[in-house]
Amino acid sequence: MPMLEFKVNGRNCRVEVNGADSLLEVLREKLHITSPKVGCNTGDCGTCSVLIDGKVVRSCLTNAMSANGKEVITVEGLASPGKLHPLQTAFHDNYAAQCGFCTSGMLMAAKALLDKNPKPTREDVKEGISGNLCRCTGYVKIVDAIISAADENSSREES
Amino acid sequence: MEYRVVGQRKRRYDGMKHVTAETRYVDDIFIPGTLQVKVYRSPVAKGKVVKIDCTSALAMEGVAAVITYKDVPNNGVGFVPDQQILAEEVRYKGQPIAAVAAVDEDTALKAVERIQVEIEEEEAVFDPLEAMKPGAPKVRPEGNLHMFDGRPYRKVVYGDIEAGFREADLIVEGEYFHPCHEHACLETHVSLSVPEANGKLTIYSVAQGLMRNLRLVASALEMPEGDLRFLSNWSERVRNTWKPENPASGINFVGGVIGGGFGGKNDPQLDCVTALLALTTGQPVKWRWTREEETLYSTYRGPWHMKFKDGVKNDGRIVARKVTSIRDSGAYSHLGEYVVDKHCFLCSGPYYIPNVYVEGYLVYTNKVPSDAMRGFGITPSSFATEVQMNKIAHALNMDPWKIRFMNAYRKGDKTPTRVNLDSVSVIECMKAVAESAGVALPDELMAMSSLKGREL
Amino acid sequence: MKKHGVGIAAVLYPTGFSAGGDSSQAMVKVRPDGSVNLYIGSVDLGQGCKTVFAQMVAEELGIEYEDITVIDQDTDTSPLCAITGASRVTFTAGIAVVAAAREVKSLILEVAAAELCTAPEALEMGGGKIHIKDDPARFVTFQKIAYKANYQERKLLVGRGHFMPDPAVIDFETGASNHFRTMAWGAMLAEVEVDTDTGQIEVLRLVSAYDVGKAINPLLVEGQIEGGTIMGVGAAIMEDLYPYYPSTDWQATNLGTYMIPTALDVPDNIRSQVVECPSTGGPYGVKGIGEMTGNSASPAIVNAIYDAIGVWINELPVTPDRILRALESVESR
Repeated sequence: MPMLEFKVNGRNCRVEVNGADSLLEVLREKLHITSPKVGCNTGDCGTCSVLIDGKVVRSCLTNAMSANGKEVITVEGLASPGKLHPLQTAFHDNYAAQCGFCTSGMLMAAKALLDKNPKPTREDVKEGISGNLCRCTGYVKIVDAIISAADENSSREES
Repeated sequence: MEYRVVGQRKRRYDGMKHVTAETRYVDDIFIPGTLQVKVYRSPVAKGKVVKIDCTSALAMEGVAAVITYKDVPNNGVGFVPDQQILAEEVRYKGQPIAAVAAVDEDTALKAVERIQVEIEEEEAVFDPLEAMKPGAPKVRPEGNLHMFDGRPYRKVVYGDIEAGFREADLIVEGEYFHPCHEHACLETHVSLSVPEANGKLTIYSVAQGLMRNLRLVASALEMPEGDLRFLSNWSERVRNTWKPENPASGINFVGGVIGGGFGGKNDPQLDCVTALLALTTGQPVKWRWTREEETLYSTYRGPWHMKFKDGVKNDGRIVARKVTSIRDSGAYSHLGEYVVDKHCFLCSGPYYIPNVYVEGYLVYTNKVPSDAMRGFGITPSSFATEVQMNKIAHALNMDPWKIRFMNAYRKGDKTPTRVNLDSVSVIECMKAVAESAGVALPDELMAMSSLKGREL
Repeated sequence: MKKHGVGIAAVLYPTGFSAGGDSSQAMVKVRPDGSVNLYIGSVDLGQGCKTVFAQMVAEELGIEYEDITVIDQDTDTSPLCAITGASRVTFTAGIAVVAAAREVKSLILEVAAAELCTAPEALEMGGGKIHIKDDPARFVTFQKIAYKANYQERKLLVGRGHFMPDPAVIDFETGASNHFRTMAWGAMLAEVEVDTDTGQIEVLRLVSAYDVGKAINPLLVEGQIEGGTIMGVGAAIMEDLYPYYPSTDWQATNLGTYMIPTALDVPDNIRSQVVECPSTGGPYGVKGIGEMTGNSASPAIVNAIYDAIGVWINELPVTPDRILRALESVESR
C-alpha cells in the first residue's frame, strides 16, 4: 500500500493508505482529525473543505496521495498556542455557527479568501463561500463574521 | 422590564467548541472495533418478503452479522405502531429489509449484494388522490385514510359556514399545491450503538428527542420472556441487566449535539438497527447514511393539495372560509396526524373569520414516509392563506395591507378552535415591516392595533 | 425584460405541541465553589437552547452567564424533555429551568439569611452577591454561601423544575382544542425582480418583523429569523424533492440535485426586527420562534411576483418554467 507523507497542521505525518482513499477518509479515519465532515462525499456541500498548500479543496474529492509532500491545514491548525485565529474569534463573536456542522468548512473557505483578498466586499465574501452550504444561519452572520475578521486584520496592520 | 442577563446578546454557550472543531458529532466518535452498517433496500414499492437468504453474505470474511425482520423482537413502532424497522411487508421502495454489520463500509456493501431476497410484488399507489378512491390498492390493511378519532379526516367547525357564504358579497376560491421538501441538514443521519461491559447499551444518537427514541428503541427490542434472541456471548450479560418488562433500563441514549434537525431526525429506524446489531455482535456498530440515502429515504415535508373557498364582504371583511386539504403521508404516518391537526386548527391564518369549516385528510401512499419539517402543517397553510389574501384584495380592488389590517386578529379574539388569544401583535408586526421598508401606511391603518380588543 | 414587484405576508405560529402532555424537567445545582450546573433534557439542534437557559439561570441567581455549565444530554443523567420541535423548548422547558433556579435560590437565601441574621425576604441577589435590600453594604458573596451550604450546613443545593401542559382534548365535532401555549406573529415584505425572458427570479429585499414575546438572546433570535428566511427563499424558488410528483421519477438524489440556497442567494437587503408582545405563562414572556420564520418568504415572494408580472402562482417552487408557462397563459387570453 502506498505511503502518504505530508504535513498536517504543522506536523509531519506518515500514513499508509489505499490507492483509492480520499483525503477526507485519511484525515478522519486514520488521523482522527474530525473537523472536515462527511456531508455528501460528492463535493456539493463544502463541509469537508481543507487547505492544501493554501488552496481550499474538497477533501472528499481529493485523492489522498495527491497531498503527498504538501501541507494540509484544517481547523485544528488555525489557532496558535493560546490564541484563536481572528476568523475563529469573529465567528464566535458574530454567532456565525448554529449547529456548527458547516463551520469547519466555512472557516477554511474564509481563510483561503482572506489570504488571497484581505479586504473583500460582501459580494466577494458571498462568492468565496458560495461552495459551502449552510442550512441553519441563512449565511448573514457568516458574512458578517468574515467581514469583521477582515476589518480586524486590516486595522491591526494599520496600527 | 430590564434584565441583567436575559435580553443580552451573549455569545453562544457552545460556540467556542464549534469554531475550534471540538464539538463532537456522532460521526466524530471513534471507538476501536466499530462495525459499519449497510442495508439491503427493497427494489419495489409494495410487496411481501417471502424469502431472505443471507448465508452467502454471512460467510464473507469481515461480516459480523446480518439481521432481518426475524431478528426484530417487536417489529412495529411509532405513533401508529406499524413502522417495520426491517420490512417483512414492504410499503415503499428503498425500505430496509436486511442490515449487515461488517468491518468496513466496502465489505458491508459487498455483503449486501450477496443477500438474496424474494418479494411477492403487489400493486402500489403513489398519488394520494388515487389512494383515496374506493378500490385503490391498499397501502396498509386498515386502508389508505388515516383515522382521526375514528373519522377519516380532521374536522374544524366554527360558526355556520353556509350562513357565512350566504352573507358574503363575493366568493374567492383558490387551489394550491405545496411540494415535498427535504430538510437537507448538513449532517446526515448517524447512529452509533456501543455495548458496555456491564451489559448496558449506549446509543449515540442524532435524535431530536432522546427520551422518545429511548422508548421507541426499547419497544422495538422488547425481548419475549425466555426467548434467547441474540446470537453472541453478550446475551447472557445483557439478560442479567435488562428487565424484560422494562427494556429501557438497559439502554442509555447520549446525544444533544446535532448537525441540524428541522424535524427530520425523529425516525427511530437507525437507532433500532444499530442497537440490534450491537447486541448481536457484542461490538460497537455505526450506521451513517450517505447523502443519497438521506435525500432518497429519509423523512421529508409531505406535500399538500389545498382548496380554499372564501366568502368576502365588499368592505373587505372575510366572513367565511372553507378549506379541504389533503396531505400525502407516504407509507407511515410518523407525526402526520399532528401535522394535519395543526394545519386544520389554524387555516384562518392570522385573521378573525367568524365562520370556518375545514376538512384535513392524511392519506397513505407507497412512498417514503413523510414527517415533520420546520413549520409543520402551517407552512402550507401560510402559503395558501397569504396568496388568498392578495387574491381577495385584488378582487375587491383593495390594498393588500388594508385587507390584512382589517381582518387581523385582535387581543381577545378566539381561534376557530375556540382558544382565547391573549397576546396578539400581528398588526404591530405589519407596521414594523412597513416602517422598516419605507412604506407609508395611511392613517386609517396606523390607527388600528392588535394589542387592543376588537372594536365592536 | 426585468420587472419589479413587492409582496407582503402575515403569519402566525403556535408555541408548543398541539397534543400537549409534553413534559420538560430541569435541575440546577450550585457547587461548593459557587459555579452552577444546569441539567436539561432538551436536545440542541443548533437553535441554542443551552445558551438561553444558561442566561435564565444567571438572571435568577444574580450570577454571571459564564459561571454556568450546562450538562449535555444523556438519558442516564439528564432530566426528561420531550422532542425539540413545535417551537416548544424555550417556553416549555424554560418554565422548568426557571422553576429549578428559583427553588435553589430559595435554599441559598435560607443560608444567607442565617449568615446575615435576617429573613430570606429581606435579601436580594445580584452581581454575585446576596445583600440586604435596605442595607446593601451588608452582604455575603454567592461563593461563600455555596461553600458554607455544601460543606458546613449539610445542604445539597439542588433546585428542581417540571412543567407539563395539559394533554389536549379535541372536540370530535368542532375541532375545539387547547392546542397551544401562546401565539407568535410575524410579517414580511419581499421585493423581487422577474426576468420575463428567462423566467428567473431574483430576490432583492426581505424585510421582516416577528413577535417573540421576549428575546431572551436577540442574537439567537436573529439567527432563527435569518436562517428561516433563507430556508423560505429556498422553498419559494428552488426546493423540490419530487419535481414530477406524485411520480418519484427524477427525484432529487443529493445536494447537487436538491437545490438549497447558497450565500449567493441571500439578498443584500435583508432586515429583521423583533417585536415584543409578552406571552402570559412563558418565562419572561417568551414565545417560540424557530418554525415561524420559514413560512413568510414563500407567500411574500409569490405575491411580489403577481405585483411584478400579473400572474398568480399557486404551487411551489416558482421555477423559471412555471413563470414562463404562467406568462404564456396570460398572453394567450
